[in-house]
Amino acid sequence: MNFLRFLFGCFKIITKGGRIYYSSLFFLLVLIVWGGLGYLDQLQNGLIMTNMRDSVSWGFYIGNFTFLVGVAAAAVMLVIPAYIYDWKPIKEIVIFGEILAICAVIMCLCFIVVDIGNPLRFWHMLPFVGTMNFPYSILSWDFFVLFAYFLLNIVVVTHLLYKQFFKKHYNKSIILPLVLLSIPAAIAIHTVTAFLYNALPARPYWNSALLAPRFLTTAFCSGPAVLILLFQVLRKTTKFEIKDEAIFTIAELMVYAMFIYLFFTISEFFKEFYSNTEHIVYWDYLLWGAEKNKEIAIYSWASIIMGTSAFILFLIPKTRKNLLTLNIGAVLIYFSVYLEKGITLIIPGFTPDTLGQYFFYVPSETEIRTAAMIFSGGALLFTFISKIAIAILFEGFSIDSLEKKATMQFETT
Amino acid sequence: MQKEEKSNSRREFLKKLPVLAVGAAALGGCSQEEIEEYFQQNFKTLSKEEKDEIVKNLEKKYSEKYGKEFTVSDTPATEGILFGYALDLSRCIGCRKCVYACVEENNQSRDPQVHWIQVLQMEKKKGIDLVHADVHYNPEKVPEEGHFYMPVQCQQCRNPQCVSVCPTKATWQDDDGIVVVDYNWCIGCRYCMAACPYGARHFNWGEPNIPDEEINPITHYLGNRPRTKGVVEKCTFCIQRVREGKYPACVEICPTGSRKFGNLLDPDSEIRYILENKRVLVFKEELNTQPKFYYFFGV
Repeated sequence: MNFLRFLFGCFKIITKGGRIYYSSLFFLLVLIVWGGLGYLDQLQNGLIMTNMRDSVSWGFYIGNFTFLVGVAAAAVMLVIPAYIYDWKPIKEIVIFGEILAICAVIMCLCFIVVDIGNPLRFWHMLPFVGTMNFPYSILSWDFFVLFAYFLLNIVVVTHLLYKQFFKKHYNKSIILPLVLLSIPAAIAIHTVTAFLYNALPARPYWNSALLAPRFLTTAFCSGPAVLILLFQVLRKTTKFEIKDEAIFTIAELMVYAMFIYLFFTISEFFKEFYSNTEHIVYWDYLLWGAEKNKEIAIYSWASIIMGTSAFILFLIPKTRKNLLTLNIGAVLIYFSVYLEKGITLIIPGFTPDTLGQYFFYVPSETEIRTAAMIFSGGALLFTFISKIAIAILFEGFSIDSLEKKATMQFETT
Repeated sequence: MQKEEKSNSRREFLKKLPVLAVGAAALGGCSQEEIEEYFQQNFKTLSKEEKDEIVKNLEKKYSEKYGKEFTVSDTPATEGILFGYALDLSRCIGCRKCVYACVEENNQSRDPQVHWIQVLQMEKKKGIDLVHADVHYNPEKVPEEGHFYMPVQCQQCRNPQCVSVCPTKATWQDDDGIVVVDYNWCIGCRYCMAACPYGARHFNWGEPNIPDEEINPITHYLGNRPRTKGVVEKCTFCIQRVREGKYPACVEICPTGSRKFGNLLDPDSEIRYILENKRVLVFKEELNTQPKFYYFFGV
């Protein structure tokens, strides 16, 4: 009974909002429909609607999957500094970080579903009903850790919000261990995703021990970048309080991550270009293209330039402690990591292919539309859950407020 | 109170509607066989009786679809046999007869085109050098001056990475060493294609197309039976032939006799003679995949 009223109240919250709210909802819905119609083509005709072929058998979908695993991981890893530095609104940081993680994991799973040839057969990889190849296949590990991580986050978030809704204290002896457990789980999902590529000797471009560490550092750049921007929006529009110092501390932590990321990248470049073995072909394609084909080079240079500029903006104390330049830096690093994970990590791994043949891949319209559908769906979900969370945390949406409204209505009628 | 209950049950029902609709549409559009096929288990885990029944149903289905008598066999591996292959690099002239014999024998899609064998043209002065290899060579006459040819197909590794990465165990190495795929169990994630160092696995990006009159009706469940879109396929040493004591199609068609095939466990076999008396090499031996496909120099 109470639960239904809670759901009904939530439904009211997400359907009410100002003009900006409605127009952004409309915008997202348009994108979802436009993308969905593109995906329908793929459902009917198969993955031939993408530009992937036998030579480049993974592309834009898997790249987006990889990027979003990073976002999901880093949002929660932010709990460590929040805990150590004792930032005041730690509960709120945990909640919004985990909401972002939940949405990112859902988007990850969507990208997997659109990428596989027979999504309806997904149950074949489950234990008991199917024949899960555990522990040999890293993909079954990845599925396992992603699912566990998703459950962890959803339990923590719903428990915290639901208790607050009923004006009760949350159960600290359950929640605190779960939050602490979600931190190594966050590291695990990104590490295992890196191992997915890392463990393939057939693909020298990925077969580097630095891949997993690089994944973690990029995640620590892109995830907090989203949260820095989100916290400022929340601070302006709700009663959410976070001091500038806390934001600057996040930025400071991001500088360390960016520095390590830069260092790792330079180490890899040095090793590949100085030793100049036959494996250099992938790196050549990454940075200079193959003869006239420079599709990927544009993205890799854009990623390098944006990443370096963000690093400089975050490194200099004056620009780090200025909200405008800080925000520019956050946007730059976010897109730098997006291009790196989404495009320049996967595609050069397949170009040239294992027999030395070049197939030049860029995403097709279907792939871009399908990705747009998933990203807008994720954004919509994130907006809805955040709006409910904001209402519960800052706007006094609770069982009392609902009861008050009910009695008022009763009196007027 | 009563009113509220009513509205609740209505709401509950409305919530279930989309699920019911999807379920009904999914079930309504499917025949009994399709539903049975959907719930079919991994072929490797099934009993002999279950396998026989599946194979019988498939024969009926394919015969109706293609309008000719189909056989789908599920002949298992024979004890004491481990298949091995040897290819004479000094004899191969790059005519690609094997490529097309394979397509016809194994019912590969004509459009979109699937080729299980890729022939690499290489420069003699560079040796086996993939960076300068070309699969799309197209001269009037082969062999071309200064070049040699290296056909590549599934190397039937003893340590197959494609098998370890498969999340569903839809692909495995059978007892006679052939790496096979259960096309009904493959989810199409293509992790095996990323893991294969030889480009030997191929994906049905679209619905496979084969003219009815060109279809080969003598098939094996784990080999050349017709595939659907969204699954991975690969060379099986012509499992439907070799398990019946015949040579693979590529061995039979080769005009130069470059292709040799036999039982690695039989000390008197031709393949064992080659391993003992010729200089052999395996492709990408540094990856420790341990192929049962050997390249050698016969002359």
